[in-house]
Amino acid sequence: MNTATDPDKITGPTPDNALRAADASDKKDGPVLAADGTPLKKSLGRALRAQKLRALAMIAPLLIFVVLTFIAPIFDMLFRSVENQIVSDTLPRTTQALKDWDDTSGQVPGDDVFEAAYIDIFYAAENKMHTRLGTRLNYELTGVSSLFRKSGRGLDDIGEVYKDQFEDLDENWDEAEPWAELMGSDAWLAEARAWEDGQPLPKFELREGIAEVLPRTADAYSQFAAFTRVEEEDNVFNEEPWTLVHTMLYEDLAAGDVSGYTGPRADMLIAADALVDSPEFETADLKAVFEDIDKDWMDPVVWQTIKMYSPDYTSGYFLNSVDMQKTPDGPALRDEDERIYGILFKRTMFMSLVITFSCIALSYPVAFLLSNLPARTANLLMILVLLPFWTSLLVRTSAWKVMLQQQGVINDVLVWIGLIADDNRLVMINNQLGTIIAMTHILLPFMILPMYSVMSTIPPYYVRAAKSLGATNWTAFWRVYFPQSVPGIGAGSILVFILAIGYYITPEIVGGTTGTFISNRIAYHISSSLNWGLAAALGTILLAVVLILYWAYDKIVGIDNVKLGG
Amino acid sequence: MAVETQAVKKPVLFTALVMGAFGAFAGVFVGAANGSVPLGVVIGFVLLAAIAFAAMELLDPKLEQPVKWGLVVLMAIFGFVLSGLPGALVGAIFGYIFGVLIYWVGMGRYRVPLPPYLTAGQVMWHYSFRTLCGAILVFLITPILVVMPLSFNAENFFTFTPEMLRLDPAGYSLKHYRDFLTNSEWTSAVWNSVRIAPVATFISVTLGTLAAIGLSQSHVPGKRAIMVVLISPMIVPLIISATGMYFFYSKIGLVGTYWGVVLAHAVLGIPFVIITVTATLVGFDNSLTRAAANMGADPVRTFFKVQMPLILPGVISGALFAFITSFDEVVVVLFIGSAELQTLPWQMFTGLREQISPTILAAATILVVISIGLLTTVEMLRRRSERLRGMSPG
Repeated sequence: MNTATDPDKITGPTPDNALRAADASDKKDGPVLAADGTPLKKSLGRALRAQKLRALAMIAPLLIFVVLTFIAPIFDMLFRSVENQIVSDTLPRTTQALKDWDDTSGQVPGDDVFEAAYIDIFYAAENKMHTRLGTRLNYELTGVSSLFRKSGRGLDDIGEVYKDQFEDLDENWDEAEPWAELMGSDAWLAEARAWEDGQPLPKFELREGIAEVLPRTADAYSQFAAFTRVEEEDNVFNEEPWTLVHTMLYEDLAAGDVSGYTGPRADMLIAADALVDSPEFETADLKAVFEDIDKDWMDPVVWQTIKMYSPDYTSGYFLNSVDMQKTPDGPALRDEDERIYGILFKRTMFMSLVITFSCIALSYPVAFLLSNLPARTANLLMILVLLPFWTSLLVRTSAWKVMLQQQGVINDVLVWIGLIADDNRLVMINNQLGTIIAMTHILLPFMILPMYSVMSTIPPYYVRAAKSLGATNWTAFWRVYFPQSVPGIGAGSILVFILAIGYYITPEIVGGTTGTFISNRIAYHISSSLNWGLAAALGTILLAVVLILYWAYDKIVGIDNVKLGG
Repeated sequence: MAVETQAVKKPVLFTALVMGAFGAFAGVFVGAANGSVPLGVVIGFVLLAAIAFAAMELLDPKLEQPVKWGLVVLMAIFGFVLSGLPGALVGAIFGYIFGVLIYWVGMGRYRVPLPPYLTAGQVMWHYSFRTLCGAILVFLITPILVVMPLSFNAENFFTFTPEMLRLDPAGYSLKHYRDFLTNSEWTSAVWNSVRIAPVATFISVTLGTLAAIGLSQSHVPGKRAIMVVLISPMIVPLIISATGMYFFYSKIGLVGTYWGVVLAHAVLGIPFVIITVTATLVGFDNSLTRAAANMGADPVRTFFKVQMPLILPGVISGALFAFITSFDEVVVVLFIGSAELQTLPWQMFTGLREQISPTILAAATILVVISIGLLTTVEMLRRRSERLRGMSPG
């Protein structure tokens, strides 16, 4: 903190000092009283509190604004880098069933898992969620996306087997109304019958007791009813149920006894029960159907991946962003040829360092010159520094594109004066060189300005004294002047490095493929590959680096000492 | 300076050698352009050394002006013979430079601004250092200057055409400006920028000024932490801010809306307002507000009549910074904007990525002119603020 504003170091009549004076006088001869008779100490304390509150009340609106529009988004991004609820939300039964499966066994999980997966994927397909889940898991295991897409279509076949047999027994099993009568409560049925277009759809209610007789069917039918009412906005009463409901009916009938049921359509149900119990009733082997859809389902790796990503929060995105992946034996490095982010992080660091050092090298002489010239000349030359600073970033970037292209200004000039041949033009754009040149130019003012403000405070007589004591020019500079200018170099370097490491626009335009930064990859994942979790994880790592530097900057320079434009 | 250094005429050999070196340097390029570098170097050296000798020894020193102009004409003709009109122009410029240089070196005028006790090496170092700094400043300013003439290109190229180099009027045209002003893509982009930036600036300036005044009081608990939070939008890389805002604003339905972009730009401008206004407040004398309060002014009146006029320069330059931040911002707009909210930088960015037309350069030139205006305003405000601060005690 600035000493001038530190309340403990100000001499004079401040509330703090008055409090201390009151404290001291307390000990001597009773409390000093304010004009209104309250003890001075209390009165001053109240005034101090009021002052603090007033200051906070002035800051509060902005603080709330920044927290809501800026800090909250940053935390949302941090949250997204570990959030992984899509798997357990879309496949709740499967993830539950997979808990008991040993993923290191190398065996395909048991029938219970396949049944759970059948139900989950069926619902997901109706909700159009299976492709999104497929896309999510595809980031971890290539090919899962098409697996889920195919399965969403193919799993209908299982229900068809049962539906056809029930239908052969009694046409009513493929009709909407009998199902509704069987499953729905009387009150709901009455409402649904009376429903007309334009009215709000009645909320589905299960018939009392049906959930005990046909638990799974009731569950599946309720899901169907809710989906039909909310998503499709149709009257459930007029809609034939999903084939999944038929499968569930088969399972309920095979598992239990329905003779206790006495509601409507009891005859239909008992006949169906008899059919299921008869030996010629054809059943579908779930595993076989899954294998038929795609033989990848018999690959334990698919199930391992699902199990690995079933928790609500995952370190998977972070592992991905440091070129690692989850395996049943814990995190492991990816194959050599799949490692891209390590290279990208290293390149970002390396190029930012090169840019920072070029900025130091170019800024030091200029800042030195400006701070040693008479004020008038210095101000004039300062315009040359400030004009680029004030010019739109896009203008400077487009200028560099114009300059650096193969048919650009620099190459044209070099060809014109004959230094290079026309067919041998320099490649200075769409590579690292282009990014470094353009970004050095763009960030140069951010280095010159802090250096200049430090150098203009260095008194010239130290160097003169050193010289008069016999130091050579070099010694006087290196031992006396340079150490005093180091704070300026530090401030400028951290600022330039922080700005460089997160740059996006310039590398995107002049960087090609080899001159891009980690930011460009983040943007790619947000807008093209849609792998938002990975983008968030990469962003979080970048943010951590920047915050460490920000902290260092605050320690070295102090946030309240940032200067803009000299 | 107490001790004046006198200009003393240098030995002619020295002058001839130095000028010969300059000539040889120029000869490298002329020679390269015409086939033979060594020949260019030799001819350049001999020519310049001879001219320097002639000017110093054979001609009367009073003939300085005629010699300089003669050199300009001579070199212009030489350039024209070698490569036409542009060559003549370059030749004339070089002729003028050489003319000045000969008398500057030969008459020892280069010593005048320096202390008389410097050694030859120190003088040499002084001027090499100046040259180096000049080169760096040229590096800073050239890209911006190159854009301007190119925007008058008659062709759809991003480079100088032969017609332009021949200074042929047919090589220049205003068609990119016409395109910029009439093409609906560009006009709607300008309109969007103009619609977003002032509102965002207004939000950052009102909230930021209020908070800066609060922060400048002596008893603010957690001042440093608050400062860190308020400055963070400037420090956090834009790509991260944009990513976070994209996620969060899409949850609350702000993505693709006008207010989403305005709020995002407002928060990005806040650090600049805080920094400039806090800097102005450092020099603000708080006894003035106390005096106003003592004379019966309420806090609102005190603020508008006493404090505001004094800190206005800081507020305005903060506002300009906030404005340029919003006006120049592209990453956040790319993420949370929509097709109807394309701003000018967005249009330039997509244009640059897809390489459409030099209309971008026309837009760039207009933006440079605007930024020159802004720079001038800010500098004037800074000076005014310094003057005001110098007047107030403390």
